[in-house]
Amino acid sequence: MTGPRPDRPDRQARSDRPADPVRVRLCPGGPLLVRGAQEVLDADGVAHPVERPVVAVCACGATGRAPWCDGTHARIGPRR
Amino acid sequence: MQLPRPRGPVSAAVIGALRGGPFDAAAVTAATPAAGLREADVQLALWTAYEVGYRGFDDADPDAERDLRVLAWRKAAEDLLEADLRARTSTMVDEARAGGRSVADRIAALVRDAPGAPLTRHLQKHATREQFQTYLADRSIYHLKETDPQVRVLGWIDGPAKVAHAELLYDEYGGGRPERLHSHLFAEAMRAAGLDATYGAYIDAVDAPTLVSNNVMSLFGSQRRLRGAALGHLAAFEATSTDPCRRIAAGAERVGFPDAVAAYFHEHVEADAVHEQVVLGDICGTAVAADPAIEDDVLLGAATCLLVDVEAAQALHDLLVADEQRPPAPLRVLRGERAAS
Repeated sequence: MTGPRPDRPDRQARSDRPADPVRVRLCPGGPLLVRGAQEVLDADGVAHPVERPVVAVCACGATGRAPWCDGTHARIGPRR
Repeated sequence: MQLPRPRGPVSAAVIGALRGGPFDAAAVTAATPAAGLREADVQLALWTAYEVGYRGFDDADPDAERDLRVLAWRKAAEDLLEADLRARTSTMVDEARAGGRSVADRIAALVRDAPGAPLTRHLQKHATREQFQTYLADRSIYHLKETDPQVRVLGWIDGPAKVAHAELLYDEYGGGRPERLHSHLFAEAMRAAGLDATYGAYIDAVDAPTLVSNNVMSLFGSQRRLRGAALGHLAAFEATSTDPCRRIAAGAERVGFPDAVAAYFHEHVEADAVHEQVVLGDICGTAVAADPAIEDDVLLGAATCLLVDVEAAQALHDLLVADEQRPPAPLRVLRGERAAS
């Protein structure tokens, strides 16, 4: 997960105030809810752009839409 | 949209009144029996009384929204419906209230324990293109105004719950991109499936359980008093979406519809996986923390969604399967002629 990237001076230059921090909330038995990120890097290092105000990143490993949650965690049961 | 075709004496009276005709609210209320509450006549009358406050009707009186005669009847019908819903969900709500550590846990338990209907599995594995069209036409009553019934509650809550609900609404409404508006995506899916995407085009074709499913959203979403139920309904709706949408998307691909049909449902797998978490923890959790008195109504709203949406799905499934022995019926439904019931 990355916030506004320092290697993109153009993006920094357009803003005269510090960017909001990336916020992550852990959902018990479910995904990570991520706000404020611009992209999510998957396990292979591929960047997936964030295109909604908040995204759910798979934390159970069973999603069919990686890196995003698709609700599969509810079918496979809690990992406890 | 034009006013719908009446389905009986109560809807005929309400539709006539909204056109500017005479209306005896006391007499029509007396003719609105609790026993026939869930029949198409009363539910269509209620749907029409709500719809004047959404997109309205071209042939209704311009001030129909404030017709006090219809509002007086609507209040009486809403009181009957609310009492019916509270009675039918009381066991579910009592059991949910007794368990769980938080309102989010309690809603999750309601969702987990709720019965299902075979509709989306039928769409995934077996449905014909015509059956799929009937499903989309049925769902269009809601999806062409997707999220509109959940907007007013935003003004009745505050703090973190308001911020999270605004975030969810922004996502439903396209996240700043008109082409991503969910109601627009559904209209594209309808056109791709060969259907008329005009708002309200299929209102004369849908059956009573679909009208109930739509009306409970308007009931909860139009009164501050029921704000908890509006939030609970939204929670259960979002929390029961990803699995069915995944199955429906697979079915749309199986029958060979253009990509726009599956795309709508794929978008809802991804969006509703987010919304489920947002609405349980960030909206309902914080709204109940700020105003504990609404928790019972949050559970009422969640249980109501689970109850009436399964009834609507089961009824539509049974209609589709019955039509397998009676092929012309889905086409009659699509043409807006009443299927024999």
